[in-house]
Amino acid sequence: MIRVCPLADLARGEAKRLDLDPAVAIFHTEDGEVLAIDDTCTHQDASLADGWLEGCEVECPLHSSKFDLRTGQVDAPPAKRPVRTHQVTITDGDIYLTIASEQPNAPAGVDVEAGP
Amino acid sequence: MKAVAVVGGSLAGLSAARALRKQGFDGSVTIVSDETRPPYDRPPLSKSFLAGATTEGEIALLGDGEDLGAAWRTGVTATRLDPRGRRVELSDGTALAVDGLVIATGARPRRPWPRMPAGVDVLRTLDDALGLRARLVPGARLVVVGAGFIGAEVASTAHGLGVEVTVIEAAPTPLSGPLGIDIGAVVSALHADHGVRLLSGVGVAGLVGAAQIEGVELTDGRTVAADAVLLGVGVQPNVEWLTGSGLPLTGGVQCDSYGATGIPNVVAVGDCATWYDRELGAYHRIEHWTAARERGAIAVSSLLSGGTVRVEGRPPYFWSDQYGCTLQVAGHTSGAESATVEEGSVQDRDFLAVYRRGGEPVAVVALGHSRSFMRWRKQLARRAVSVPPSALSR
Ligand SMILES: Cc1cc2nc3c(=O)[nH]c(=O)nc-3n(C[C@H](O)[C@H](O)[C@H](O)COP(=O)(O)OP(=O)(O)OC[C@H]3O[C@@H](n4cnc5c(N)ncnc54)[C@H](O)[C@@H]3O)c2cc1C
Ligand code: FES
Repeated sequence: MIRVCPLADLARGEAKRLDLDPAVAIFHTEDGEVLAIDDTCTHQDASLADGWLEGCEVECPLHSSKFDLRTGQVDAPPAKRPVRTHQVTITDGDIYLTIASEQPNAPAGVDVEAGP
Repeated sequence: MKAVAVVGGSLAGLSAARALRKQGFDGSVTIVSDETRPPYDRPPLSKSFLAGATTEGEIALLGDGEDLGAAWRTGVTATRLDPRGRRVELSDGTALAVDGLVIATGARPRRPWPRMPAGVDVLRTLDDALGLRARLVPGARLVVVGAGFIGAEVASTAHGLGVEVTVIEAAPTPLSGPLGIDIGAVVSALHADHGVRLLSGVGVAGLVGAAQIEGVELTDGRTVAADAVLLGVGVQPNVEWLTGSGLPLTGGVQCDSYGATGIPNVVAVGDCATWYDRELGAYHRIEHWTAARERGAIAVSSLLSGGTVRVEGRPPYFWSDQYGCTLQVAGHTSGAESATVEEGSVQDRDFLAVYRRGGEPVAVVALGHSRSFMRWRKQLARRAVSVPPSALSR
């Protein structure tokens, strides 16, 4: 489990990119939910933390595929594969993250194993 | 409404068909497409697909196992629409009786010469891309006519394949229309950065070569030798088949700001359509991907509600990938009075510029800076929504 930051540091409607390997995007929706997915779009190398958050979905900032933050599923191409969702817990006002164990769906040409 | 036809089965048509189902339409949907291939995404045709780095499967527009519950009529062209919008005639002699119609027939490249030697291509379809790719062998000489987005992208991809590229542009500054002179000049300087020759302010007088292309003759008397020529001189909407329907077709199928045409139960979307833009106070045809994708749902809301539900769209957005950089543009740059660089520097090919009119931001253009770009894009959308429709309606 990774301690991310105090919940108070992530306003509703905002997102944060965590420089993990692979990177994770963590969102605080307008409805007050905190949800985490892989940050890199499964189509090309775009950061979903930079995307357009609406309800419980984030739209890729480059080519508009939408990912469901609860399931990781994508609505329509160009992205075709889901992102992983990661478990978020809030304890004593702090956000904690548990990274999913399955393999991520990295886009072609982006090597998620090779960290910075 | 029981039977809806979608004419044109590419991005705009598919988005509309998806929206029909998502918005609960449970009648029949027939998609008419004059292409025989399953729908594919066009942007990669000048980028990764042209470079041979992505496959046809990877650029398919239908998701894996996606079922739209639609009947497909592929390889047939819609040839006529009756003035009531109830009957669509097809090139195979049959006709569709419909009570709803989505026009999504897109656009096709301009061909300035009716007869052209072999080796001269336009780029719109997957087969166009395969044909062009076969010519892009290392050492070949490619002349790109037109330094717009498609021309610039093909130049960039061909350069990456080891092709010797010359780009010819009639305007003194490429992309000065869409981006303004200063920013257009810098983005087009990407060609020079990569050793691609750009001849601007000069037109093409003619093509040299009888059976096979040999060169391009310029209006200043020069001739540039060529093994292949790509024409990127704009597109025109595919609307001729609607002549006789009574729909106004100047500049595309004319629609209100929600995709509705003058015929009830007929909407139009994507590159073939020119929607009334309230911010510009004029009809405006967008020939970019995001509009084709996201306006399908808006047009379908208008169709299914008989025009009573009006979903506001977002400001236009598009991207272009050239020489490893992604250019992003949101809003309307035309009509802006100023463009100021707010982040980075244009000389470094790494910047974010905001366009303003009357002090208000109307567009944002960026090379890099994707995070701030999205903030500006959202701000433009908030501003668009905050302008009361009553103050703008025609
Ligand atoms: C090479 C290339 C690169 C591009 N790159 C970008 C980019 O980087 N960014 C961006 O924003 N945009 C880009 N675009 C533009 C984008 O692809 C278009 O805006 C988009 O395809 C428009 O979708 P559409 O469905 O409206 O039209 P189209 O994609 O043109 O589809 C219309 C379909 O209707 C069919 N049709 C036409 N007439 C009839 C008829 N009478 N009967 C039946 N079927 C008919 C056509 O054959 C076609 O299949 C690019 C386009 C091309 C060609
Ligand atoms: S990079 Fe996300 S949809 Fe293309």
